[in-house]
Amino acid sequence: MNTAPPGLLAAAWLIARKDLAIEFRTRSAFLSALVLSLLSLVIFYFAWDPTAVAALDVAPGILWVTFTFSGLLGLHRSFGVEAQERAMDALLVAPVPRESIFLGKAFANLVFVLGVQLVALPALALFYNLPFGTVVSSLALVMVLAAIGLVCVGTLFAGITANTRMAELLLPVLALPFFVPIVLPAATATARLLAGRPLAESMAWLRILLAFDLVFLYACTIAFPFTLED
Amino acid sequence: MTSTPSARARAGIDWFALVAIVAMGAAFVRAIVFTPPDRLQGFAQKIFYVHLPSAWVAFLAFGLTAIAGGVWLFLKDPRLDRFAESSAEVGVIFTTGVLISGPLWGKPIWGAWWVWDARLTLTLFLWFLYLGYLVLRSAVDDREARARYSAVVGILGALLIPFIHLSVYIFRTQHPTPIVANPTGIQMPGVMITTLFLALGAFTLLYVALVRARMRLASERDALLDQAAAESTP
Repeated sequence: MNTAPPGLLAAAWLIARKDLAIEFRTRSAFLSALVLSLLSLVIFYFAWDPTAVAALDVAPGILWVTFTFSGLLGLHRSFGVEAQERAMDALLVAPVPRESIFLGKAFANLVFVLGVQLVALPALALFYNLPFGTVVSSLALVMVLAAIGLVCVGTLFAGITANTRMAELLLPVLALPFFVPIVLPAATATARLLAGRPLAESMAWLRILLAFDLVFLYACTIAFPFTLED
Repeated sequence: MTSTPSARARAGIDWFALVAIVAMGAAFVRAIVFTPPDRLQGFAQKIFYVHLPSAWVAFLAFGLTAIAGGVWLFLKDPRLDRFAESSAEVGVIFTTGVLISGPLWGKPIWGAWWVWDARLTLTLFLWFLYLGYLVLRSAVDDREARARYSAVVGILGALLIPFIHLSVYIFRTQHPTPIVANPTGIQMPGVMITTLFLALGAFTLLYVALVRARMRLASERDALLDQAAAESTP
C-alpha cells in the first residue's frame, strides 16, 4: 500500500473524482442546472417577436446568459457539499496541497458545466432551428475556452462566499463582473460562427478567452490557499 | 496611539479635510469663473474639471485598495485592511461621480445620456466590481476572514480590469481620444491645463481627507467591537 501523500495533480484528481462521484450518485444539482438551462432557453423564446427578430440574432446571447446562470448554480453547490458535517475541515487536514483542493473542485465544476452545455446546445439548435452541423467543432472550442475561465473564477468565489451570509446571492454579485471578458467574446464569437463566418474571423476573441483562462487559472490557484484559514 | 480613538475624533477640526474642501472650492471657482468656455462644447465642457479628476481618484483608490490587500496578505496588519476598506468605499463614491458627470456631458455633446462605449462600460463594471467587494465585506463578520477574502477579490479585480478593457474596446469605442494622456502632448490651452491640474490636486486632497476620516471611523468601530468582546468574556 502506497502511503506517501499524492502530488498536486494526483490529489486534485482524487478530489475531482470524489465531487463527481457525489454528483453522479445524487444528480440533484446537475438535473436542476439542466432543467434551468432548458427552461430559460424556452422562456427567452417568448421574450421577443420571432417575426421581427431572426433567431440567429438572439440565440448567442440567450445561450451565454443561460450558461452563465446555470453554471453559477453548479458552482455554488461545489462548496455547499463540503459544509455538511464540516467535510471542509477534513479536506483541509488531508495531507494534500491546498492548491489541489482548488484544482480538483475546478475540474469537477468544468465537467459539470460542460455536461450542461452538451445537452443545452443541441436543445438550442432544436428550439431555435439553428444550423449547428457545420460549426459544431469550432463552437465546442469556444465553449471549452469559456467554460475554463468561468469555472476558475467561479470556483474561487464559491469557496469564498460559502463562508458568508447570503452565499447564494453574493456569488453572482461577485462573479458576474468577472464573467464579462468571457461572455462578451464567447457570445460574439458564437454569433459570428452561427452566421457562417470562418473561425479565423473570431481569433481575436478566442485569444482573449485563452489569455483569460491562463491568467485566471494561475491566479486563482495561487489565491485559493489565501482564502482558507491557517 | 496615545489617546483613545473616540477622544481623537472629538479633538476638533480635521484641518486636512478643511484644506481639501477649500482647494475644491478654489478649483470650482477657477473652473467656472476664470477659465474660458470651450469654443465648440461651450459651458458643457466645464464638467471635464469634475469628470476627469473623479476618474483619476477612482482609479487611484481602487489601485491602492488592491495593493493594500496584497500587502495585507503578507503583513496581516489590520490598518492595511482598514485602508483597503476605506479606499474602496471612497473609490465607489468617486466612480459614482464619474458615472453621473459623464451622462450630464454626454446628453448635450453626444445627444444621449448613455452609450455602450468602451470606457463607459469599463467604468460601469468597475463600479459593479467594487460594489460587490463592499457587499462581500458586509457579509463577513470575522475580521481576519473579511480581510483575507477582500484582499483576494481586490487583487483579482485588478487583474480583471485589463481584460474588461480589452474586450469592450474591441467591441466598440466612442469616447473622445485622450486629451491629457495623448502621445502628441496635452491637447488643451494652457489656462485650461492649469485649472485641470488644480482640480486634480484638489480631488486628490479630498480623497486623502475622506479616506482618513473613513479609516478613523473603521478603527473606532474595531476598538468598540474589541471592547465589547473583552467585556463579554471577562
